[in-house]
Amino acid sequence: MGVLNFHRERCTLCGQCVEQCPFGALELKDGRVELNASCKMCRLCVKNCPAEAITYVEEEEKESVDKDKWRGILVFAEQEASGIHPVALELIGKARELAGKINYPLYVILIGSEKATEQAEELLYYGIDRVHVYAHKELAHFRGDVYTAVMEDCIRKVRPSVVLVGATSLGRSLAPACATRFRTGLTADCTMLDIKENTDLVQIRPAFGGNIMAQIVTTHTRPQFATVRYKVMDVAKRQERFGEIIYETVTQEMLKSGMEVIGTETVNQEKGIEEEEILVVGGRGLKKQEDLKLLEELAKALGGQVATTRPLVEKGWNDVTRQIGLSGRTVKPKLIITCGVSGAVQFAAGMDNSQCIVAINTDPEAGIFKVANYGIVGDLYEIVPKLTQAVRERKQ
Amino acid sequence: MKIVVCIKQVPGTSQVEIDEATGVLKRDGAAAKINPYDLYTLEAAMRLKEAYGGTVTAVTMGPPQAEAMMKEAYMMGVDEAYIFTDRAFAGADVLATAYTLAQGITAACEYDIILCGKQTTDGDTAQVGPAIAEYLGIPCAAWVSEIGEVEAGFITVGQNFVNQKQKTRMELPCLITVEKDIYTPRLPSYRLKAATAGRKVHMISFGDFQDQEVSHYGLKGSATSVERIFPPKSLKGRDFLEGTAEEVAGRLVRLFAERKYI
Repeated sequence: MGVLNFHRERCTLCGQCVEQCPFGALELKDGRVELNASCKMCRLCVKNCPAEAITYVEEEEKESVDKDKWRGILVFAEQEASGIHPVALELIGKARELAGKINYPLYVILIGSEKATEQAEELLYYGIDRVHVYAHKELAHFRGDVYTAVMEDCIRKVRPSVVLVGATSLGRSLAPACATRFRTGLTADCTMLDIKENTDLVQIRPAFGGNIMAQIVTTHTRPQFATVRYKVMDVAKRQERFGEIIYETVTQEMLKSGMEVIGTETVNQEKGIEEEEILVVGGRGLKKQEDLKLLEELAKALGGQVATTRPLVEKGWNDVTRQIGLSGRTVKPKLIITCGVSGAVQFAAGMDNSQCIVAINTDPEAGIFKVANYGIVGDLYEIVPKLTQAVRERKQ
Repeated sequence: MKIVVCIKQVPGTSQVEIDEATGVLKRDGAAAKINPYDLYTLEAAMRLKEAYGGTVTAVTMGPPQAEAMMKEAYMMGVDEAYIFTDRAFAGADVLATAYTLAQGITAACEYDIILCGKQTTDGDTAQVGPAIAEYLGIPCAAWVSEIGEVEAGFITVGQNFVNQKQKTRMELPCLITVEKDIYTPRLPSYRLKAATAGRKVHMISFGDFQDQEVSHYGLKGSATSVERIFPPKSLKGRDFLEGTAEEVAGRLVRLFAERKYI
């Protein structure tokens, strides 16, 4: 922790710091550089100033909690009537690895209806020291204030150093409320986690739309909250039964709420292509509308969806809500496979932030190969069916 | 009904790249704009006002330049706008940002409903809304995709969880973060532009806040700190796969499995 000092005597007012500040936090005003509220203390200005006129000064140590009084990792296991959300097993997998590094115990908190008791039994096969179960019919559905009170109770009892929550819509409502209640740090959507000897959690997450990674630490407060998205960490391996279940008492105080759930329905939500993690995209290389089926089969095998380029939408083969590009939707899936797409700039602008781009096109000069990570010069009518088959075989 | 909307000015583009050799951030000069997710929030606020009467107040934490964004908010029908701006707020993480907004709202506004966007495009955390609610001690529903009736001091909202749609009745005052696409946002109106041209955007600084302990704000009030920033491991390394369709398919599938796509 520290402050930025601006040394006017050295400053040449070259304006580079203002230009390069990613947050627009520096301004040239009245013949001097001034800092505004947008500053994130990234300290790039200190690094970049050619005149070394900006310095970063560590301030006297902030008051820190006694870190030894907070021990272990607590994982929040999200559940619905249908079972435990798989992100919980991924968090447990990661938490076990971290706990192993500094000899920490691993705890899980499970909040739900009476059914949660059965679900807790299943969790004991994943190498957890203690599962804390809060089972009550009034906990069947999520209410932020109630779940926060229950989490608070558990955290006060367990005193974990780290709390991991899945970055689902529920988790992203719960985690900030809990972290704020304990006046401690929360890092959202971590993609990598590690732990230091001094028990500080090393949290890495993408910043600025994923073009830069930031490593974040919570150095003075406990517990350290982090949320992690689904399908980022490896699922914990099932092993022999181990650990114990603690049946916690749910008090009326915890159930006090300004919210009342007046209806729930189970839905199979149709995801838009923007939320999809895997997309198969058809372009003008497709000869007729029926051939979209080839792509649909591949998408189905991969667990994703089909989208198209604009020309196919204009032909009426697809809806504009499933069109990628400047005049359609911008997508950023983990995997995108373009089939017979030439890769016009307007299209590429709508998808070039995808994590992995695979392009299939017969024309080796096609623009799509400029943005692709993996290019295949070939006929989609040959390659797509083989790929579908190979994916199906692998999955069996 | 008194409606408060939290909005934010964000960089015009998220296309920031880091130069690996120098560690310098490169960004193009796109002008700052209103966080796109906040447009849905403003629309939700205007509809509540149209249905139940009252006022809409927009608030933000940021530099004085956020005034341009607030003028735009006026053009969409916002009645009053406040910018919480002070050097003391610099370097704020989720915790300190939420605290500043909670303090600012307490100092400057009365509220029945506080609306926030789902997230911002620069911070991307989606955490500030629920944290504000916790500071103010009011119920919060996040990622709301449906706003129903307001009656007798309660509001009904719809949320989507993993496999479940939930309807919740929540007492006022409360905080709601709205999903994108909840409504189609209206465009700024030129009629309102003329009508609101002279309307002032209020600047509120640290001195106006109730809590005068400076260490609760900005960097000092933050629990997290950025240790370093670095470019992501680049996957770009163009690779042309050759061979028969079977061979290519086989290589792709191994690659997909390695990366956990399947």
